[in-house]
Amino acid sequence: MHFLANPGRFVRIADRVLPWVSALAVVLVAVGLYAGLVIVPADYQQGDTVRIMYVHVPAAWMAMFVYASLAAAAASGLIWRHPLGFVIAQSAAPIGAAFTFLALVTGSLWGKPMWGTWWVWDGRLTSVLILFFLYLGLMALVEAFDDPKRGQKAAAVLALVGVVILPIIKFSVDWWATLHQPASIMRLDGQTTIHASQLWPVLVMALGFTAYYIAVLLVRVKQQVLASRLRSLQLAAADA
Amino acid sequence: MQSFDAFLAMGGYAAYVWPAILLTLAVLLWLAWSSVARLRRTQKSLKALEALGVERRPRRRKREG
Repeated sequence: MHFLANPGRFVRIADRVLPWVSALAVVLVAVGLYAGLVIVPADYQQGDTVRIMYVHVPAAWMAMFVYASLAAAAASGLIWRHPLGFVIAQSAAPIGAAFTFLALVTGSLWGKPMWGTWWVWDGRLTSVLILFFLYLGLMALVEAFDDPKRGQKAAAVLALVGVVILPIIKFSVDWWATLHQPASIMRLDGQTTIHASQLWPVLVMALGFTAYYIAVLLVRVKQQVLASRLRSLQLAAADA
Repeated sequence: MQSFDAFLAMGGYAAYVWPAILLTLAVLLWLAWSSVARLRRTQKSLKALEALGVERRPRRRKREG
């Protein structure tokens, strides 16, 4: 990640990559949605509600993947003082919060017709709700200091402590088996319990969401880099 | 797909499937749009300052005794 260490170079690379990842995100999500809504037949048990899976599962994966990358960026800022580590972590938080929110709401919309309830205090649902609050806490903590650098550092420490939520979410379905089904795709025994015809649109959507994450992250990091340049220019103008 | 109406009906689950899909698209589009809008605002203020000929101060090195 050293080639990204120079903010000016980061912006130049971001400008070159952005059109391609944005286009990739649009194409993959369009293909994934078309497949999930039209090509895949209704499930023999769940009927057409199974189509909610094509947004729910990728959103839930992203909720965790964004957090893992956010924590890695925060660690690179704390340990190696990577100049963009804190900026990347701060920029990722709202994107992760959005995916976590979507995982919760689409899960609720799937739970009502299939489980008969919008919400239960089940291990999986509760731990993902905690992840959502963790994202909100990180976003609030950055803003809670007058000096933005101190806020970013405090949030980075909280981000590292918060990593404990990821294994809790992953294994919650095994530890506290109540309503949420256990893993069917990434299983320890390697035996995926979902048919390939239903699986591939999930993977396409997940790739599309990942491309979306990279695109929006690049925009937000670039905004932060330019905003700090703007602040130093404003200081120079005030001095003159 | 038998007909467009059947597609919209989602086997009787339209009230759950469509809000899930549309909310996902709405949230993702809103976040992308607001991120780009914020970047554009920053770029605009930066251009305005640079047009005034303001330059960054050279960094002073801290020297302590």
